[in-house]
Amino acid sequence: MVVLGLVIGFPLLGFLVLLAFGKRMGDPGAGWFGTIAVASSFVAAIATWIVLLTKHGSNRTQVLHLFRWFQAGGLRVDVSFRADPLSIVMILFVTGVSAVIHLYSIGYMKRDARFHQFFIYLNLFVFSMLVLVTANNLPLTFLGWEGVGACSYWLISFWFERPTAASAGKKAFIINRIGDMGFLLGTFLVFFNLHSVSYSKVLPEAHQLSSGTAEAIALLFFLAAAGKSAQLPLFTWLLDAMEGPTPVSALIHAATMVTAGVYLMARLSPILALAHAASMTIAIIGVITAFVAAMAATSQTDIKKIVAFSTVSQLGYMMLGIGTGAYIAAIFLMVTHAFYKALIFLSSGSVIHSLDSEQSIRRMGALAKLMPITAWTMIIAWLSIAGVPPFSGFFSKGSVLEDAFGRNELLWVVGVVTALLTAYYMGRLVFVVFYGNARWQEVTHGHDPHESPRIMTIPLIVLAVAAATAGLLNLPYSGLRFLHNWLAPVFGSALVTYHLSSSEKILLPATDAVVALLGIFLAWRLWRRHSERKALEPAVLFKGWYIDTFYDRTFARGGTALAKFSDRVVDPTIVDGAVGGIAWLFRWVGGLGKRVQSGLVRSYLLIMVAGIVVLLAYVLLSAAR
Amino acid sequence: MTIPGSWYLVVAALLFGLGTFGVLTRRNVIVMFMSVELMLNAVNLTFVTYARMLNDVGGQIAVFFVLVVAAAEVVVGLGIIVAIFRHRATVTVDDISSLKG
Amino acid sequence: MTLLDWLIALPALGALVVPMMALPPENQRLIRYFGIAISLVELGIAIGMAVAFKLHTSSYQFVTKVHWIGAFGIDWYLGADGISLVLVLLTAVLFTIAMFAMKGVKDYRAYVGWMLLLEAACMGSFTALDLFLFFVFFELTLVPSYFLISDFGLGASGRAAIKFFVYTFAGSAFLLVGIVSLVFIHDHQTGHLTFSLPALMHTRLPKDTAILLFLAFAAAFAVKTPIFPFHTWSPDTYRSAPIPAVVILAGVMAKLGAYGLIRFNLELFPATSRELAWLMMTLGVAGILYGAIVAAGERDLGRMVAYSSLSHMGFIVLGIFAFSAEALSGSTLQMVNHGIYTAAIFLLLGMIYERRGTLDMKKLGGLQKKAPMFAAVFILVVMGMIGLPGLNGFVGEFLILIGTFITHRWWAVVAVLGVVLGAIYLLWAYQRVFHGELKDDRGFRDLAPREALLLLPLVALIVFLGVYPMPLLARINPTTSAIVHHVATAPALGSSTVSSIVTGGTK
Repeated sequence: MVVLGLVIGFPLLGFLVLLAFGKRMGDPGAGWFGTIAVASSFVAAIATWIVLLTKHGSNRTQVLHLFRWFQAGGLRVDVSFRADPLSIVMILFVTGVSAVIHLYSIGYMKRDARFHQFFIYLNLFVFSMLVLVTANNLPLTFLGWEGVGACSYWLISFWFERPTAASAGKKAFIINRIGDMGFLLGTFLVFFNLHSVSYSKVLPEAHQLSSGTAEAIALLFFLAAAGKSAQLPLFTWLLDAMEGPTPVSALIHAATMVTAGVYLMARLSPILALAHAASMTIAIIGVITAFVAAMAATSQTDIKKIVAFSTVSQLGYMMLGIGTGAYIAAIFLMVTHAFYKALIFLSSGSVIHSLDSEQSIRRMGALAKLMPITAWTMIIAWLSIAGVPPFSGFFSKGSVLEDAFGRNELLWVVGVVTALLTAYYMGRLVFVVFYGNARWQEVTHGHDPHESPRIMTIPLIVLAVAAATAGLLNLPYSGLRFLHNWLAPVFGSALVTYHLSSSEKILLPATDAVVALLGIFLAWRLWRRHSERKALEPAVLFKGWYIDTFYDRTFARGGTALAKFSDRVVDPTIVDGAVGGIAWLFRWVGGLGKRVQSGLVRSYLLIMVAGIVVLLAYVLLSAAR
Repeated sequence: MTIPGSWYLVVAALLFGLGTFGVLTRRNVIVMFMSVELMLNAVNLTFVTYARMLNDVGGQIAVFFVLVVAAAEVVVGLGIIVAIFRHRATVTVDDISSLKG
Repeated sequence: MTLLDWLIALPALGALVVPMMALPPENQRLIRYFGIAISLVELGIAIGMAVAFKLHTSSYQFVTKVHWIGAFGIDWYLGADGISLVLVLLTAVLFTIAMFAMKGVKDYRAYVGWMLLLEAACMGSFTALDLFLFFVFFELTLVPSYFLISDFGLGASGRAAIKFFVYTFAGSAFLLVGIVSLVFIHDHQTGHLTFSLPALMHTRLPKDTAILLFLAFAAAFAVKTPIFPFHTWSPDTYRSAPIPAVVILAGVMAKLGAYGLIRFNLELFPATSRELAWLMMTLGVAGILYGAIVAAGERDLGRMVAYSSLSHMGFIVLGIFAFSAEALSGSTLQMVNHGIYTAAIFLLLGMIYERRGTLDMKKLGGLQKKAPMFAAVFILVVMGMIGLPGLNGFVGEFLILIGTFITHRWWAVVAVLGVVLGAIYLLWAYQRVFHGELKDDRGFRDLAPREALLLLPLVALIVFLGVYPMPLLARINPTTSAIVHHVATAPALGSSTVSSIVTGGTK
């Protein structure tokens, strides 16, 4: 499996070379180098895939063992990577989308003062992401997990001169760390029960876990996944993460990193299969997140905030799939989402780029004619995410909702309402940004915005093709369910199959399609000629249900107050005060003794004589007795 | 006629008491010094007396030690007193309390 | 003479020679070169030891034993097992860097002399197997540290030096009483007066005595480490000592406390350690959380790092008293890691202080714009401290937590909170100092080549030990397994019998 090593090795090499010589390569050399590194990785990924294709279904798990990372007591952790049908799907779309976004970034980041640094971080990110998806044990997955988190921190606060960007990066890292506690504790619990942290041992032996332990492990890892994949209650960081450059939002905060939580849950499906209550919890949290975020998305005015809430919402769908045991549907949605969401971000980036970094949709409008490629690719992405047949979202979201229906009708109802909202808020975005009146004169000082350079539009077109056709990966007809057949051996019995009646099999997709068209129609009616409708944009939704405000008021301010109180009051006066108190006690006793030392020789003598007399008297008296 | 040993002891005790009284009451360092010498010699007398009474020469040997120490003490002590007198033009102990705590 | 003798003798001799080097002012540099040369030779010896060290055994190696004060059974008795070895390596590395970091000192003679004496004392403390000898070395570290802080420190260092000296000295008083009592009890039981650690390990102790002795030993080590709530000397000291001395104080001497806990508390009082593990672990966890919370409220970078040290040392104490091979190996490894990243961060703080004359976060800001290299190294070290996997802080922390989880689940669950808190205060501090716009017009020089070279070995170690800590772990593991076995199999404490204390003590 040397070729798997190449997949991971190219971005690492790219990172190291850029670190050493990036500044000298400059703009755009460093960008091209980084892009080539990732593209090579994509080629190697295809080679890996072909190697796996030549093997038989049950023999498609290949392990590349490099060296022992650390070991102590009964714990052995290796640096070893795993190529199996699940990880290869991840590898392929991660390297593919990354390569395209790298290319786009060359254009987007042009003339940035820290151009080469951007690609250093980006290559390191791809490396970390690949470690995350290919690691063969939990600690190594954690290395990738934290690595992408650190890169996300650096990239969100890439323009660190802006205090908001600096704070947003920090916030993302810290909230993810809250989730990481779950990852660590879950790993400990796995090791405690199965005496190993390697997937090769843990996954086959997961059935030995008692159901209570499995529930605990599943919930702990879900905490981690909720942090990384921005689920309730830990999603607030993803909104702030939009402070980063738009390619970063596309790559990290839409297509790849945020899906790591979903991937982790899929990886641990044998454990999840034992944890019914935890699975149900995941499904419920997922669908609520999807709904809450979609509602919030309907009222945002910042184009990137709309898309960010949309990402949260879509991740909620994926978690719904995980919770209902529809792992393949979740992965399918993840892949298609990577295409259309990356496309939405890149198109938004194209708009922002041409409007001098303006992000408010209130100051856009009527851009379709000026930026035709951007507009058309955005529309394709919109139709995909809305679930209009035959675009990819229709199939992927449809299969998640189908399994949700099989599990519990209520989950399905919320899911469908969210689908309506999705079509509506994306429609609002498209109509307000690309149609209606032009409201950008102030921003551009009278010039007309123009289409982005080719280096940015080519990635848009590539992604648009993918977003439109990715449904082919897994068509709901026997014989055409390629992704399903490919992944089924990985999940095995963990995969839940719901049997739907033949009428349901027709009615459910039909409902999806109708709902999608209804949402689009509503958006057309309401937003075709308006850019502002106060009644449809209530403050509670604009502020994201005040969840972030609530965290800020309670945890952030409370924590700061506690820290300051500890630093200024508790430590100096109580803890150090006790020490000072002891010192003071000695000084006080010394002060008492000091009075005897009058410096008068005769008083010393008197005390001495008195002492001798007392001693003599004692000796004589005790002798007499 | 032999004088009983206890008489010597009584004399020694009287001398010691006198010396102690002198040390405690006088303020002149020189006089206090003399009183200390008186106390030391009282002890010497006691040593000699007991040595004679108990037929043990050890007591007389101890006297030699005391004499030597006393001589050394006088040398050091007078040296200090002279130094203080030069510095302060007084040898009254109550005025010298710079080692007050 | 074995390598160990040289390890101690060489800097000690150097410390004797340096005061005699009466050189004209323009040749003061020679004294510094002399110090650097000796520390480099020490590093060579330490590396030689590591290479010659036999793996797969937990016994002491390079043992040297010579009668010293025969009447009291005191020997010049040295030896190194895996734990000693890695700490000797750490000491050698950090002293070399500290020697190189010395710059612009008026009186090199005193500075280098004290540093060399300190190095001899540290090396001795980590390898002494005779309790008396250990105590001598342990106390000997205080004298040079005191003079380094008070004579070469920044700001009000005199007061901090006295606080440091008196506080740690008070702790050591308990240690001395403990050692003497233990030796006399052992003498009473066996009729054999000795201060040798392996011999004393077999002393049978009644419960009350054992607990008192354990606490007496622990008191000294708790102050030195420092363990919450005996830490208040450390912020003042770390803040006002000169940077090369802080590198040693925080990097090496803090480990003396943790090392003492393993070497003496666990080995001499295994059953008592089991009995009182809850207390030590609670103090450890309290330190983790408390240190992190106070660090988050700090405005001064130096003091913040001191509190973060309290937090990180809390992890180490937690691992020591979890009694699993994973956790103990983790603690030992983390001692090395903590030494490395603490040294690096203090060197960086020293460079900020040199440029701006302050470490107050409110007066700093936006430095990344002017000094990207500086910021990159700083964030790398900070990430190491946070415990980012792939950097050195992670492996130790992970081993400690997983090992603690196996034996004492709930302590680990609470301690994991430290992982979040660590990120909060460090990233917050980083943001305030490096992000945003520059606070004033003064520039901020990026890393000079000399500074970069000084940091390079530490940065390389931070990355290397994060990716491949096996060379250290392979040497640590046999020892830690043996100690955990020793603690686990020790017979439980009997019921207390007061008479034996009295007779034991008065013979």
